[in-house]
Amino acid sequence: MSLTKTERTIIVSMWAKISTQADTIGTETLERLFLSYPQTKTYFPHFDLHPGSAQLRAHGSKVVAAVGDAVKSIDSIGAALSKLSELHAYVLRVDPVNFKLLSHCLLVTLAARFPSDFTAEAHAAWDKFLSVVSSVLTEKYR
Amino acid sequence: MSNFTAEDKAAITSLWAKVNVEDAGGETLGRLLVVYPWTQRFFDSFGSLSSPSAIMGNPKVKAHGVKVLTSLGEAIKNLDDLKGTFGQLSELHCDKLHVDPENFRLLGNVLVTVLAVLHGKEFTPEVQASWQKMVAGVASALGSRYH
Repeated sequence: MSLTKTERTIIVSMWAKISTQADTIGTETLERLFLSYPQTKTYFPHFDLHPGSAQLRAHGSKVVAAVGDAVKSIDSIGAALSKLSELHAYVLRVDPVNFKLLSHCLLVTLAARFPSDFTAEAHAAWDKFLSVVSSVLTEKYR
Repeated sequence: MSNFTAEDKAAITSLWAKVNVEDAGGETLGRLLVVYPWTQRFFDSFGSLSSPSAIMGNPKVKAHGVKVLTSLGEAIKNLDDLKGTFGQLSELHCDKLHVDPENFRLLGNVLVTVLAVLHGKEFTPEVQASWQKMVAGVASALGSRYH
């Protein structure tokens, strides 16, 4: 599965807007994840997960920054996220099902914050893009 | 299966009261067909689904989307007995329509996303969590009589 030219254009142009709210988007995405899918909290026993916690904000920023890296290298996501892919495969070992959950929560966050930009076409492009990112992050699992 | 707290029910019913089923129905089913094109397999009789704009503007898609969301609206009145409410529809989707229940999960998540588009800030993480319970309950109920 690879992104068409149109899909890449949509992602890159929306990212320009999105990146101005990157940190709060990251935090909100994680809040949505932990509330809708409480089982995902099992990966963070060492975190204070209360809304507004410093750790939540820091981690949210990290996640969105990584998405941003993928956008900036949208023609070579595999290369851009190679280290992160190894981290997830050998250290974090987050079950692959969770990437879909996180992707969904990021989409919902974007939809709520950028409703006029989040057309059906943009929705499709982002869903596909995050699916590609998820594949890259799990490709070294076994 | 899903245990809806009083807060869940309040979040679900109060948001639903503000939903325009005409608009949301077409938007939801349309986006399912756009974002997950393989779901078009059930709709050969719907005419042109050749592009996102064709899909989103297709009157049959809109009409069917309204049908689906209207049914969901009925479920919202019976949150404590989703299995009972959807028993017959479950049999229909299995025996006549031959729909893989995975599609119910996809549609549920598309609906959640559409609610986010329509309600923005109001669609808080807490409200979303209640709605995720809702769509998971509906998906489960619709799959409950499969055999």
